[in-house]
Amino acid sequence: MKKLLTAAVFAALATPAMSDDPTKVGFIYIGPVGDFGWTAGHDRARQELQDHFGDAVETSIVENVDYGADAERVMTQMALSGTDMIFAASFGYGPDVNSVAGRFPDVAFQHATGYIQDHPNISLYDARFYEGRAVLGHIGGKMTETNTIGYIASFPIPAVVSGINSAYLHAKAVNPDVEFRIIWTYSWFDPSLEADAAETLIEQGADVIMQHTDSTAAVRVAEDAGVMAFGQASDMVDFGPTAHLSAIVDRWAPYYIDRVQALKDGTWEAQNSWMGFAEGIIEMAPWNDRIPAELQEEADALVASIAAGEYHPFTGPINRQDGTPWLAEGEVAEDSALATMDFFVEGITSEFPN
Amino acid sequence: MIRLEKRKEPSRIWRIANPFLAVALTMIAGGLMFAALGKDPLVAIRLIFFDPLFSETFASYSRPQLLIKAAPLILIGVGLAIGFKANIWNIGAEGQYIIGALFGAGVALAFFPAPGWYIFPLMILAGAFGGFLWAMIPAILKTRFNTNEILVSLLLVYVAERILAAMALGLMRNPDQPGFPGSRDLRRYEAAHNAELIANTGMHWGGVAAMIAVIFAYVMMTRHMLGFHVKLAGQAPRAARFGGVSPARLVVICLGISGALAGLAGMFEVSGPGGQVRIEFATGYGFTAIIVAFLGRLNPLGVVLAGLLLGLTYIGGELAQMILQIPGAAIQVFQGMLLFFLLALDFQTNYRIRLTRGAAA
Repeated sequence: MKKLLTAAVFAALATPAMSDDPTKVGFIYIGPVGDFGWTAGHDRARQELQDHFGDAVETSIVENVDYGADAERVMTQMALSGTDMIFAASFGYGPDVNSVAGRFPDVAFQHATGYIQDHPNISLYDARFYEGRAVLGHIGGKMTETNTIGYIASFPIPAVVSGINSAYLHAKAVNPDVEFRIIWTYSWFDPSLEADAAETLIEQGADVIMQHTDSTAAVRVAEDAGVMAFGQASDMVDFGPTAHLSAIVDRWAPYYIDRVQALKDGTWEAQNSWMGFAEGIIEMAPWNDRIPAELQEEADALVASIAAGEYHPFTGPINRQDGTPWLAEGEVAEDSALATMDFFVEGITSEFPN
Repeated sequence: MIRLEKRKEPSRIWRIANPFLAVALTMIAGGLMFAALGKDPLVAIRLIFFDPLFSETFASYSRPQLLIKAAPLILIGVGLAIGFKANIWNIGAEGQYIIGALFGAGVALAFFPAPGWYIFPLMILAGAFGGFLWAMIPAILKTRFNTNEILVSLLLVYVAERILAAMALGLMRNPDQPGFPGSRDLRRYEAAHNAELIANTGMHWGGVAAMIAVIFAYVMMTRHMLGFHVKLAGQAPRAARFGGVSPARLVVICLGISGALAGLAGMFEVSGPGGQVRIEFATGYGFTAIIVAFLGRLNPLGVVLAGLLLGLTYIGGELAQMILQIPGAAIQVFQGMLLFFLLALDFQTNYRIRLTRGAAA
């Protein structure tokens, strides 16, 4: 058996370009595939990828991989076992992806939400989550009765910060009295910490909970407490049928299929892709029935106008938290500014973590 | 009928044999679990225990990785084992590991980008001092106010994690990469880089330090008065007090040693395999080392074997996930079984099972 396996591995190593050989695609995840959130979203896409290509693709996963030496080792072992393409599905894998990619120039690396691209075999891809956050902010701002929205945030990185800003700006636009309370967990997946954070926010008067963390804990707490919540990365309605208003649902599958097809065709090259509603990479989970029909229509219209490129969630005038101007009237934020965003906008009372 | 009888003396044979039995039982029970998941149990066990060491495809890479994974476990585990022998329970090695890393990295970042042979030794001293300092909090609280060192040292882990996050976001953040938390990559700063000493062996200064710590701990526990005091305090605290052993002094020494070693482990990690101060830098070495200490029978040499064994299950576990698609949680259960069976088997170190005729009824 061992010889057979080894032989198979060597065969795969020796003939990576042969077309009748299945393309081996590896995935490393920061959380468990059963998080019902972020990692579940990536694994959903992996399954679609597998279904799309059938026997022509062989996928494998390693879940719960910590950043740093562990991630580096897992990716190296994948590369050694003949994997042709590796999807590293978390922001913090950046340095590790770059260090492994340098040693395996023939393996194609795809790093989600990253920003370091030291080698020609690393592609970066990300979703414009702030587009979805704008819709959540709009709905949350209108639905809240206490005028307090609780926000469970993971790490103060640009993707999370721009999400908070976008949600706040759009909540504020429909409800000038709205306030955001923000708790940082410094973790992507920690159900008990997220549940504690949700309880604290509810005690502080929040009746709508938003989250940029991966577990379903906050939705469940909200359901028990009789308040409202938005899911994260996957439709989390099963965990709070009454509480769950909607969620930004990640749909990576079209992109994954596209990239693997490119690899098979020999046309794969490093890119930096930032996709949103327009590309179908994110979409909104079905509106909860408790959202008034009129508000549902507004939300649909907002999604449509962002997807069509008619409206950008960061359109001036917008000031920074300290009151200094950031965007002038009618000015639209540059992608580069959003990709490095490290400040709150005016009106958010929480201190920026530093 | 079956009767339990306390042994007059703990059985020496079982003490030595139990870890091996526990591994065997884990293979059997784990194999059954893998079979229940629809995976070939023999292939799974082979992937976990043998392939990282002997497979042609992986071994040349995973053997050095084993040292990288085991070195911090051994370094921390050796220190913990000394304290545990004396019934002094440092559960917060993870916190001391973090603070040691921050002290070490702090020295490096303060000197950046200056070259100098003295920078790395200074980082080593700072790392050990940081861990020592963090362990002195539960030590002094215990000796002064009689607080419980288990709780204090554990809670200080969470404090340390917050300090780590604050450092990664603030003081130690890489000024060349605004917007993103995390310090400069110390692996790209030669004077501070804890590099491999011999290429492709996985041996870095942390491994060397672990070996030295094991030798010192072994000599101390078997040849030195302090080791005798530690054992005496653990087995017969009253007798130890009559014998002139100061419990307070012992608390400070045991927590100090284990804290300094954990701090060293953190410093070697942050300047080598870890590379930078990041919010997610701490991945549980300090907690896993508690298992290593027990699996190694609180014996320095045993800790070496236990550290290597546990490192092996981590690396092999990843291979099993990758190749057989065994869920990560099943691998964790498998590792948990190891400690579970060991503790269960330890029962027969202290008790024996006697079959007697009904007379006692």
